[in-house]
Amino acid sequence: MYVADSRAGAPEAAAASAESAARSRAGRRLTAVGPTVLALGTVSLITDVSSEMVTAVLPLYLVAGLGLSPLGFGLLDGIYNGFSALVRLAGGHLADRGGGRHKWVAGAGYALSALCKPLLLVARTLTPIGLVLAVDRTGKGLRTAPRDALISLSSSPETRGRAFGVHRAMDTAGALLGPLVAFLILRETVDGYDAVFTVSFCVAVVGVLVLVLFVPGGGVTRPAAGAETPAAPGAAPTERAVPRPTLLAALALLRRRELRGITLCALLLGLATVSDSFVFLLLQRRLGVPDRWFALLPVGTAAAFLLLAVPLGRLADRAGRRRVFLAGHGALLLAYGLLLTSWHGTALPFAVLFLHGGFYAATDGVLMAAASDSVPVELRSSGLALVQTGQALARFACSLAFGAAWTAWGDRTALMVSAVALALCALFSTILRPVRRTPATSAEGLA
Amino acid sequence: MTLRTRILVLVSALVVLAGVATASVLHASARAERRNQAQPGGPLITTGTVALTDSRRLVFRNMAWGPHRDELTSVPASDPSGPRTASKVKCLRFYAASGTGVCLQAVHGTVQDTYRAVILDSALRVRARYDVPGIPSRARVSPSGRYAAWTAFVGGDSYAGTNFSTRAAIVDTRTGRLTPSLEAYRVVKDGSTYRSSDVNFWGVTFADDDRTFYATMATHGTTYLIRGDLATRTVTTVHTNVECPSLSPDGTRVAFKKRVEGLPKDAPWHLYVLDLRTGRETALAEPRSVDDQVVWRDDRTLVYALPGDYGADLWTLPADGTGRPRRVSTAAVSPAYPR
Repeated sequence: MYVADSRAGAPEAAAASAESAARSRAGRRLTAVGPTVLALGTVSLITDVSSEMVTAVLPLYLVAGLGLSPLGFGLLDGIYNGFSALVRLAGGHLADRGGGRHKWVAGAGYALSALCKPLLLVARTLTPIGLVLAVDRTGKGLRTAPRDALISLSSSPETRGRAFGVHRAMDTAGALLGPLVAFLILRETVDGYDAVFTVSFCVAVVGVLVLVLFVPGGGVTRPAAGAETPAAPGAAPTERAVPRPTLLAALALLRRRELRGITLCALLLGLATVSDSFVFLLLQRRLGVPDRWFALLPVGTAAAFLLLAVPLGRLADRAGRRRVFLAGHGALLLAYGLLLTSWHGTALPFAVLFLHGGFYAATDGVLMAAASDSVPVELRSSGLALVQTGQALARFACSLAFGAAWTAWGDRTALMVSAVALALCALFSTILRPVRRTPATSAEGLA
Repeated sequence: MTLRTRILVLVSALVVLAGVATASVLHASARAERRNQAQPGGPLITTGTVALTDSRRLVFRNMAWGPHRDELTSVPASDPSGPRTASKVKCLRFYAASGTGVCLQAVHGTVQDTYRAVILDSALRVRARYDVPGIPSRARVSPSGRYAAWTAFVGGDSYAGTNFSTRAAIVDTRTGRLTPSLEAYRVVKDGSTYRSSDVNFWGVTFADDDRTFYATMATHGTTYLIRGDLATRTVTTVHTNVECPSLSPDGTRVAFKKRVEGLPKDAPWHLYVLDLRTGRETALAEPRSVDDQVVWRDDRTLVYALPGDYGADLWTLPADGTGRPRRVSTAAVSPAYPR
């Protein structure tokens, strides 16, 4: 009954943070994130409402509305996910070429997904519906890296963790709201799937409009003009020749010790991160969670993610991103530990889901913030795409391995092995410790 | 653009989009009115008594617009496109045999729909209710009417993605004993016990001994026809690439949808009949991809649903590979011939 990992790419995040336009050069310590981050967060929130509306009703639409079985989708999903990883790299690269195309590449991604919604109204069999969803995924893959690059470029290094935290929280809020909106529409209508798709389209258009109107266009200010702009404090100060944004240069990023270290950490830890579906299944099996509550388990994780994203992002800025990133994996380890104990209290599912959401809050945006510090402005989008794709592939590999281990040894042993692997990877990542960059030293441009 | 202009543009767009969104919701909710009017040329429907013991009639979920949409409806088995008698009992999926019906329904809640399986007696009175963990899909009753089975699609992660797993449940309607998931059964594959976390079951079909059943089992990308034993709670693989099997009344053959190489990945199924003794497969004369668990009208004829203008239509086809598909009824799904 397991469900293959559908979240290998981590929760779709939107971008947030955008001080480049608004931040005063005087270096006034901003207590909140900049307007660009808020604008990008709003775009993500709105877009997630739109896309999760569709995701929530699609199975019902297929089975009850069209009389099909949605199983075919499950089989296609893996292909889409793999494809999405490739598109992500392409999106990252496209956004970097020509200097400041982040906004427009991200916008194209958002627009592509928006256009898919009305198409669902006319696609009435599995093949066209499958195609529409594939295009939707393409849009999602295309926009992720440029958007995260925009967030990092429009926030200062010392507030970057918070900026990503705000963005992830807004993104998750949208994902939680979407199904609710869809359900309300279905309640008010008779078989109102067409209304759900139409409203979803309208909402998606608003998202694109907010992006076009309120996210500053230029995005990247080239630091070539001498003084490092506040938009680009993350670029290693030692950089002499600014790399041109070619594909080769993007790959050459991995020669940088710091980024290599981060990518390696993300890969290693990703390899030991059991997919969400398995965590929920284990929780259900350990506790005998009633079937009808099963669908609520991901909501629990998302709620904890929403609550913790901002505070943990801030903590990452103050206490160090690596530390918080590793602590997040510690929370995951603790969740595994709770699942392995024989304790069956009513508090257990809450504790596990809280830790699980905390894990996402401490790692998802924080990793992007950390990676941003070691990718030059010109290649920001490609660099982030590289890290994201590496992590997603590692998690996918882990899903496959965990499925095999579960088959061979049973769920408990498989989880035990994963826990040990995670502990070892975390230990190794602690020792590996790529060059430590404290916010204080990297933020001199602000003084 | 100044901030003022941008806000103006956004607000104007919001007004237009809100108008479109509101109109679409109103349009969809007003549909209740129109759906209460039968569409021109649609079948004639009247309210009446639907009994699950009348072997001269065919019972299905009526999908035609009008006040009886989604209700269990019966028509003369000899004239499936003839006048319909509607029962007021609404089901998403349905099946019946020997005076026992299983009706999979949606229960509309405040923030979420839930689903349940209802066991009906021959006069469609509720005998028992069971929670269904996801969107209901297949339903079957054993020829004696003693056992009922259903399949639900369960989204393991509603937060993202379109992955589903399935759970097939079987209930003994006499004792009320429920097996919520066939995953509780021992799986024998290639002669030895098989364990895997990715096992999914769907599409149960019963033999008339009230002990043997067949179903689909999927694991590691392969679908198997399995023969189940209700007494020993064991399932054994007997054939590969079989989905949604349906056992013939004489118990010798299984009609099923087979995933065929070269077809689009999301519409990949053609109908086949497998002879259980010889293991020989016969391709049926339906060129379209069929996503349904077919029903045997008798030992020679199959009935199944294909998407149509009002949801789904019922089609019939000879079970021996000859002939051609013929539409017998529009706006109908989940057929059952009470025997």
